[in-house]
Amino acid sequence: MSFWVMFRLLTYREGKKMSKQQQHWEKTRMLLFITLAIWFVFSIGIFFFGAEMEASSIRPLGYPLSYYMTCQGSLGIFVILIFWFANRQEKIDEEFGYTEREDD
Amino acid sequence: MFKGKFIDNLPKIYGTYTGGFIVFIILMAIAEQAGMSAKLIGIFFVSFTVLIYALIGYLSRTMQTDAYYVAGRQVPTVFNGMATAADWMSGASFVAMAGGIYFKGYGYMALLVGWTGGYVLVASLLAPYLRKFGCYTVPDFIGTRYGGNMARLSAVIVLTVASFTYVTAQINATGTIASVALDIPFEIAVYVGLASILMCSMLGGMRAVTWTQVAQYIVLIIAYLLPVFWISNKMGAGVFPHFMLADEVARIAELEAQFGLGEIKNSAADLKQVPKGLSGITKAHAEVNTTPWKFISLAVCMMAGTASLPHVMMRYFTTPSVKAARRSVGWSLFFIFLLYSSAPMLATLSKLSLMDPNLATGIIGKSISEVQAIDWYQNWNQANLMFVSDFNGNGTLELNEFFMGGKAVVLATPEIAGLPYVISGLVAAGGMAAAMSTADGLVLAISNALSHDIYYKMINPKAETAKRLIVARILLVLIGFAGATIAALEIQGILGSVIWAFDFAMSGLFFPLVLGVWWKRANAQGAVAGMLGGLIAGSAYLIAVRSGYPGFWGVTQLTFGIVGSLVSLVLMVVVSLMTKAPDAATQRMVDEVRIPSGKAILGKQH
Repeated sequence: MSFWVMFRLLTYREGKKMSKQQQHWEKTRMLLFITLAIWFVFSIGIFFFGAEMEASSIRPLGYPLSYYMTCQGSLGIFVILIFWFANRQEKIDEEFGYTEREDD
Repeated sequence: MFKGKFIDNLPKIYGTYTGGFIVFIILMAIAEQAGMSAKLIGIFFVSFTVLIYALIGYLSRTMQTDAYYVAGRQVPTVFNGMATAADWMSGASFVAMAGGIYFKGYGYMALLVGWTGGYVLVASLLAPYLRKFGCYTVPDFIGTRYGGNMARLSAVIVLTVASFTYVTAQINATGTIASVALDIPFEIAVYVGLASILMCSMLGGMRAVTWTQVAQYIVLIIAYLLPVFWISNKMGAGVFPHFMLADEVARIAELEAQFGLGEIKNSAADLKQVPKGLSGITKAHAEVNTTPWKFISLAVCMMAGTASLPHVMMRYFTTPSVKAARRSVGWSLFFIFLLYSSAPMLATLSKLSLMDPNLATGIIGKSISEVQAIDWYQNWNQANLMFVSDFNGNGTLELNEFFMGGKAVVLATPEIAGLPYVISGLVAAGGMAAAMSTADGLVLAISNALSHDIYYKMINPKAETAKRLIVARILLVLIGFAGATIAALEIQGILGSVIWAFDFAMSGLFFPLVLGVWWKRANAQGAVAGMLGGLIAGSAYLIAVRSGYPGFWGVTQLTFGIVGSLVSLVLMVVVSLMTKAPDAATQRMVDEVRIPSGKAILGKQH
């Protein structure tokens, strides 16, 4: 949540009414920040704690946590994250009427 | 015959193709039982699959620019995902990665994280916006967004350096496989590999490469997964290895302790006997064996490199819409995940097959003469990929006395684990598919940039379509030959070159691409400074480290992209701010790129 507060502070513009396109971009940027935050945690953040993960009693499927995250955990999370991101972005585009006319 | 209807029929066509391939595997298995020689099976597998790709390449021939450059922008999401996965997974992923994990363990698995995590950046920062732009090549985006030939030229330079480094490694890999499977000398095999690559891309450009890559993905994924599942079941390790190998991982740790891994060290004199390029197991299998920074810096370089490599980015130019481009990134990563999550499992199974004295296949603890008499040992020893020596003179093979080449882990494991030879043939075909598909994407990326951005946009803007496409093809052949010539010299191993390519791409292109979409104030001067400065700084650091400079911040020759891209970022921001802001038209263009609907910036034919 502190992330959200920080983002609002960084992007707050006083008394300006934003156009449709600016609002769309604002929301798109917000989604980008959230996506990159999750990405950061699982691609970089947790690997600061390799030794701690190894010693951890959490052992997914019986593998040491450090081993599991490098060979399945993080990878799987990235796959889900991209699809989640794509869905959210489509919703944002729809909301502002920016969906492409021809769809596949 | 490849219009309209073809797209609707894709699932049927590739379904039939997959079925046909499985029938072919079964036929080969029967032939093996009937006494067909291993050599012949290998030759059949490699030549049959390569001929199929060449046929697809021929059927997809085209004389239209948008078909040649972006496959007519009609590749459906899931199929584009498969094509990207094949484009992405190179000889390094298929042949070398499991080997690297086998030898170096956790520290090496940073590559798994890096080569998948990068797709989050591709999906969120770049692919949909570049698709909206409507460009044919990555320099096309840079050139139009920033304006001016200098920006375009700089992008072409970075692209060429990165992709060329990459492609030599891939041609090297096709050469290695062709030389083993077809039993011809490496120097000739390299050109056989090149000929196969050119057959796929020359006549149909991106369209041909797309449809061959889908076919190659199907072959390579079957070839990778089948042995993993088979060995796991044969060993009784688990029906579904990915979820069930925890005991095997623990068992390896137990054996490592028992065999004195890390305690018994080979003397320098002993190691001199070992042929170049082979290594023994010196690192624990699953233990955390590297510092966080080493792991993270390598992962970061691979991720930023992923988001800057033009041959990957241009795959997303081929989707029908922006929305499809975004989803397609997800599918790409899903198809990549299938192979990447299997690589550590293959490394585990391979290692246990060799190490565990309780298994029939285990060789550690057997007598040296017994091991030297094994068929597969003799074959791979002859290929210079395996070596044993009785350093301590006790007559038995110790863990520190067994050496293997990184490539052998994937290529030889089916044989070691006692699978029929048909599986080895299949794996060779899979490795060939992986290396060819990536080489195709890379050669096309380079020649498209040279033909579209240099020849058409800068030298001869009035050139007719036919002339442009002929130039593109001539360049394709020339670049292929140049790549093969350098590959034949074998300067750097497959994996080393691939990692360098990522660092080069990251140094020169990452920030100019990302800021092109996300920072309106970025201008041409800044972009040029960023691209050239980043590339030069990165290369200088690489050369310095190679010639003995200790480096700083723990940045090695595998992670020099960190230095390059930081220099690139700083230069780009500083120079942009010091010079004039982009004009109103450019700013409007960036606004336009940021919404999915509406016309593409560049027209359908440009």
